[in-house]
Amino acid sequence: MEYFVQQLINGITLGSIYGLIAIGYTMVFGIIGMVNFAHGDVFMLSAFIALILLLALTQMLGITPLALALFIVLILAMLLTSLWAWAIERLAYRPLRGSFRLAPLISAIGMSIFLSNLVQVTQGPRNKPVPEILNGVFTFGDPEGYTVTLSYKQILIVAVTAVLLAAFWYVVQRTSIGRAQRACEQDRKMAALLGVNVNRTISLTFVMGAALAAVAGLLFMIYYGVVHFNDGFVPGVKAFTAAVLGGIGSLPGAVLGGLLIGLIEVLWSGYFSNDYKDVATFSILVITLVFLPSGLLGRPEVEKV
Amino acid sequence: MSEPLLSVRSVKSFYGHIMALRGVDLDVHQGEIVTLIGANGAGKSTLMMTIFGDPRAREGRIAFRGRDITHLPTHEIAQLRIAQSPEGRRIFPRMTVRENLQMGALASNEVHFQDDLERICAYFPLLKQRLDQRGGTLSGGEQQMLAIARALMSRPQLLLLDEPSLGLAPLVVKRIFDVIRALNMDGMTIFLVEQNAFHALRLAHRAYVMVNGTITMSGTGKELLARPEIKAAYLEGGRH
Repeated sequence: MEYFVQQLINGITLGSIYGLIAIGYTMVFGIIGMVNFAHGDVFMLSAFIALILLLALTQMLGITPLALALFIVLILAMLLTSLWAWAIERLAYRPLRGSFRLAPLISAIGMSIFLSNLVQVTQGPRNKPVPEILNGVFTFGDPEGYTVTLSYKQILIVAVTAVLLAAFWYVVQRTSIGRAQRACEQDRKMAALLGVNVNRTISLTFVMGAALAAVAGLLFMIYYGVVHFNDGFVPGVKAFTAAVLGGIGSLPGAVLGGLLIGLIEVLWSGYFSNDYKDVATFSILVITLVFLPSGLLGRPEVEKV
Repeated sequence: MSEPLLSVRSVKSFYGHIMALRGVDLDVHQGEIVTLIGANGAGKSTLMMTIFGDPRAREGRIAFRGRDITHLPTHEIAQLRIAQSPEGRRIFPRMTVRENLQMGALASNEVHFQDDLERICAYFPLLKQRLDQRGGTLSGGEQQMLAIARALMSRPQLLLLDEPSLGLAPLVVKRIFDVIRALNMDGMTIFLVEQNAFHALRLAHRAYVMVNGTITMSGTGKELLARPEIKAAYLEGGRH
């Protein structure tokens, strides 16, 4: 039982990170019908940005309260990563809008390769260690037997994710910016007829997705204590799987999918085999695409007109 | 005559290589209801969309209140307070009626949203009861009313209506035309595209007939209603 609770805690933590990344996939897909394959690498890039910022703030500028340093890192990493995503959309995707369907997709794959190589060249091909922070844990259960540990990091990850998702949900559902985004998602032409600047709204969608990915990048870096230029690929594809499982285009679906993928991965490696955990998650991708192409919370293609 | 609110001068526009408008000239003056009738595929809806720059006119000039809008981006044209209820209504199906109306109020920054909501729901009392229902669940007639109401939310100076009667029951069609007349009485300038020529011509101050992407006839609504060739082409059997 304790073992199961432990896996549950680990799974929810990992799932939160996947959920944050998955939102970027699902929103961009919703609004322009394109899978942004560079999104995983934007996430990786943000982890590096966060690490550099953290080192700069704590070791060069000597900002001591860790909470303050982390908060500044969070805000700056979100801003810088958003700027990257904005530039990527502007340079690599927007000129190809209106071109054949595969063009932006190919461009996205190219952008993905570019980003991981850029980080490899500028930051080196080795694992980058992250300074040890937030190492405290709570332990529960029988001290003689198996104890459940809940680390400060895990609490931070779940709390930050919950707060950001709530804020994000508010923006999309209740503000005129979010309304314009949903309008573009449902009928871009009509949105323009009502005065929505469609290009700006699409840019904004990339920026919002990247900001959430930046949060995920920061949390990922703190949680694993190491970052690598290739870290965008596997988490990126898993977050994409989460978006597909939840129903691509659906925001609650992305979060639910993220949590499920996190749980499946952790439970699989906890009870079966650590080596095959990626096989387990990607089997979910295949199974979803074959048997439930619109996902758990997605809608079927046909809409009443 | 004073300067027209909307003037379209020798406009040509294309879908790919197909010329859909072959040089259209047309004026809408302040306070008028102007109707454009024509058969399916004549280019009526293309003209409506070309006024909004999508597709963009490849030749000619479109001016609104004397300002050349031929090359403005679509969303900037909308912000000049020209509103359109387009072909097929294009309600946002997964937004509530209220959100659809809020989208309509975007060009006026939603500052007088509550006032406008009350004022416009006076024309469409049904919508008032449906504010929190999703647009996609409305009936065809209700969706049409919502599309017109949404267009009105920006306090437009010119309202473009593309086939508001299409696919609706005769009673609903009558209601919609009554509302159009009432709106015009209250000062709204309306440019109406219709296949339902009988209703539209009776309503219109002036009318144009479009065939194959060009204007072939124009005159007051009454004049056109009386013309034998109009009767033969658009009215026979069409009195519904």
